[in-house]
Amino acid sequence: MTTDTKAGGKSATNRVGLTQQEYRAGDTTLCQGCGHNSVTSQIIAAAYELSLAPHQVIKMSGIGCSSKTPAYFLGRSHGFNTLHGRMPSVTTGAVLANRHMLAIGVSGDGDTGSIGLGQFKHMVRRNVPMVYIVENNGVYGLTKGQHSATADVGQHLKYAGTNVLPPIDICIEALVADCGFVARTFAGDARQVRELLKAAMNFEGTAVIDIISPCVTFNNHDESTKSYTYGKEHEERLQELLFIPSFDEVQVEYDEGDEQFVRLHDGPMIKLKKLERDYDPTNKWHALEQLAAARERHEFLTGLFFIDESRKTLPQVMNLTDTALSALPEERLRPTREAFARAMADFE
Amino acid sequence: MSVIDTDVSPAHPGAAVPRYVNDFAIVAATVNGSGSQTANNVLIRAIFKMGIPVSGKNLFPSNIQGLPTWYTMRISKDGYTARREGTEVLVAFNPRTADEDLAALPEGGLCLYPNDMKFAKPRSDVHLYPLPVKELVKQSGVDVKLRDYIANMVYVGALAELLSIDMQQIHAALERHFRGKRRAIDLNYNVVVAAAEWTRANAPRQDAFGVMPMDRTNGQILIDGNTAAALGALCGGVSVVAWYPITPATSLADALTEYAPVLRADAETGTTTYAIVQAEDELAAAGIIVGAGWAGARAMTSTSGPGLSLMNEFVGLAYFAEVPAVIWDVMRMGPSTGLPTRVSQGDLTNAYFMGHGDTHHVCLLPGTMAECFEFGRIAFDLAERLQTPVLVLSDLDLGMNNWMTEPFAYPEAPLDRGKVLTAEQLDQIKGWGRYRDVDGDGVAYRTLPGNPHPRSAYLSRGTGHNEYAVYSERSSDWQQNLDRLTRKHHTARSLVPQPIIELVEGATIGLVGFGSTDGAIREARDVLAAQGVATSYMRVRALPLGEAVRAFLAEHSHVYVVEMNQDGQLHQLIQLHLPEHAGDVRSVRICDGMPLTARFVADGVLAQERA
Repeated sequence: MTTDTKAGGKSATNRVGLTQQEYRAGDTTLCQGCGHNSVTSQIIAAAYELSLAPHQVIKMSGIGCSSKTPAYFLGRSHGFNTLHGRMPSVTTGAVLANRHMLAIGVSGDGDTGSIGLGQFKHMVRRNVPMVYIVENNGVYGLTKGQHSATADVGQHLKYAGTNVLPPIDICIEALVADCGFVARTFAGDARQVRELLKAAMNFEGTAVIDIISPCVTFNNHDESTKSYTYGKEHEERLQELLFIPSFDEVQVEYDEGDEQFVRLHDGPMIKLKKLERDYDPTNKWHALEQLAAARERHEFLTGLFFIDESRKTLPQVMNLTDTALSALPEERLRPTREAFARAMADFE
Repeated sequence: MSVIDTDVSPAHPGAAVPRYVNDFAIVAATVNGSGSQTANNVLIRAIFKMGIPVSGKNLFPSNIQGLPTWYTMRISKDGYTARREGTEVLVAFNPRTADEDLAALPEGGLCLYPNDMKFAKPRSDVHLYPLPVKELVKQSGVDVKLRDYIANMVYVGALAELLSIDMQQIHAALERHFRGKRRAIDLNYNVVVAAAEWTRANAPRQDAFGVMPMDRTNGQILIDGNTAAALGALCGGVSVVAWYPITPATSLADALTEYAPVLRADAETGTTTYAIVQAEDELAAAGIIVGAGWAGARAMTSTSGPGLSLMNEFVGLAYFAEVPAVIWDVMRMGPSTGLPTRVSQGDLTNAYFMGHGDTHHVCLLPGTMAECFEFGRIAFDLAERLQTPVLVLSDLDLGMNNWMTEPFAYPEAPLDRGKVLTAEQLDQIKGWGRYRDVDGDGVAYRTLPGNPHPRSAYLSRGTGHNEYAVYSERSSDWQQNLDRLTRKHHTARSLVPQPIIELVEGATIGLVGFGSTDGAIREARDVLAAQGVATSYMRVRALPLGEAVRAFLAEHSHVYVVEMNQDGQLHQLIQLHLPEHAGDVRSVRICDGMPLTARFVADGVLAQERA
């Protein structure tokens, strides 16, 4: 660990001098046992362990249970709980305005898979630098239990009945839109969630994490593929994941045989330890094949499906100046008199 | 029409002075996509450069190629710029509309047309000029593929000869249009010259219409409102633009794209101080500018009615979360897809009340090129000062047609970034709350992401919140918040551009208008005055309406609100604003997709005055 241990009864602090408590925010108002609360805890833990400066983070969300969660983490970061399905566009604007912000977006399966699918795909297409978390439970909670677009065929709900349409696979949608970081995990697998979050927070580009996050009120019966029981019994990890921050690199132990290391742009690494499957997350076709096969066979595969940091991010494509646009002084926001005169001469 | 003034003289010494000098209109009826816009721009520019007031209006179809287009050029020594009924000179280059076009020509008018075209009902009471278009184009040796395009230069040359348009100015206009591309300039100009020579040698002379140099456009420029708006925005520090193509707003985004590198490139680093994103739809365009405005950038979009309706939800959010953003709505004819290439002022009430109920927005209403430029800039000041979306309602006529104007001056006023707290300022303040009204003007203090102060962060939301931006369902929190927003709207009344008022001594009635109708209303006032009806004039330049409107109404027995929409929307808003004067507000309105004419206004007023 990179943080100081408790000493003299004082809480431990991280590299920016903050306690884990200082990454918390308001108390959750979600149901007791909601998968989303576990994700919230892991966002707090990941931010603390990475020593993120809270004022360099923006928390973004749409509408739904998942989108309420930015009120429960990183209380010292600005956030925007936006419109249903429209968080991608708002975040696009925010990171263009201030390219130095780390944007953490939390969405749900309705927010992303239905009303927001168009914006989701275009965000990925533009490679808006952000962590895009989907807290995926297959059900609309706030409106009391309708099927969502990620529900498996046969998903049965008390009031909505049986779902007969095939699910939209968030990871496949991300991949075919050229996403450079595609992962799936399970809210009940805290460690994997945390390691993936840390990797995503260090990824340059859009990082999509589809987190199966059970809805304890409407969709947690044992037969549901989005339940805790099902997840615990069926989750199969693609790899054992460990995020290694650049300041920790000395601790890396290389074991060439069944470990793969992926280095990110400014130094940190992701260590991927091979499990049962022989899997290479840098091969997009391999990733698509695995995801499609998993969907076909109803396998609950988790882990990092694909990583490729080579695409330019939107601010890079736009060739934006290094200073945040929001911080430009007046003299850089206004043309010079000479440039203005040149433009006006066009109309004489 | 009037006879010649003393301030004009023939361009060529010894030439006869026509009966109607610098006071007539030309209509070029062509097929869209045929390149006629180049010919029309060259004509307008040449006449403008002769010092003669001229305005052009393009009546074009919602189509890429093959449908009829009419471009009218009004030449007015008195400086009138509004459309006017009837044109005396017809360029009938579209066989499909030629008969209808010819029928509309007044007696004694001129009609130029290709000599291989036959009219179903030729007229003997007009001057007909069959032009050998094919032969002249063929003789020019131009590539077969370009023949159709260059054919339009034949009417440029024939008109130049018939109306005495200065050939040097035509050449200069071609130089400018083709940006110095020698071959294109020569090719086009040669056809113009050949057509002029042919006309001189073969066509009968006419002495009805002609132009003569004046000095009424000296120092002025020709520009369209969308370009003026873009220049204003770039001077106003816009740094994030998101848009989606839609007629007639696209050329505003195009102008931003064209002039941003000229005006705002960072030569030292080779990077840009702006981002222009073509979004996937208007929802995303609105989302991007709201995100950028929230994060502290000056952000804008440009759209028109159907796009504006897609932005409704975001405008409601930005109003309630109090995020600055600028939306240019270049109005076209609705409802629905409507007439995409026709003008209207039909978005007024929709824009004012956009959202989910109980919302009212600052709307700026430019009526001139100078205001398109100025409002392009100050819309950002107002949006940040008031922390709210600001809508600028232009229209197709202002936005896409060329207008004469004084050149724009470099803006001297500093940017108004509004109430934004730095970390140092936060240190001095105890108990800062994002939505606390400490100044009593309804506008609270905000912080921006990136502010390192531990107390600077807050969570913006469209849901109920208290003064500290914390989610709240308490009735008192909700009511207080809405009351403050109403207070803020009152604050806006005195901050927005005030009406331009011209009081005429002895006038008991007033005309009220906004936007692109200014030219028609001014001309109508002259027409009315000539008939003994004196009128004062108030041009409203923004919503919300303020005290000036009340005062104007109080000073007149009644007023006529002139506008181009079906419901008389400004009329409604004034009655709403001033219920005590509701009976004194009358309506003169039309919704036919055409720019307003002075005659319609004058007739509308006279009909009610004499009723």
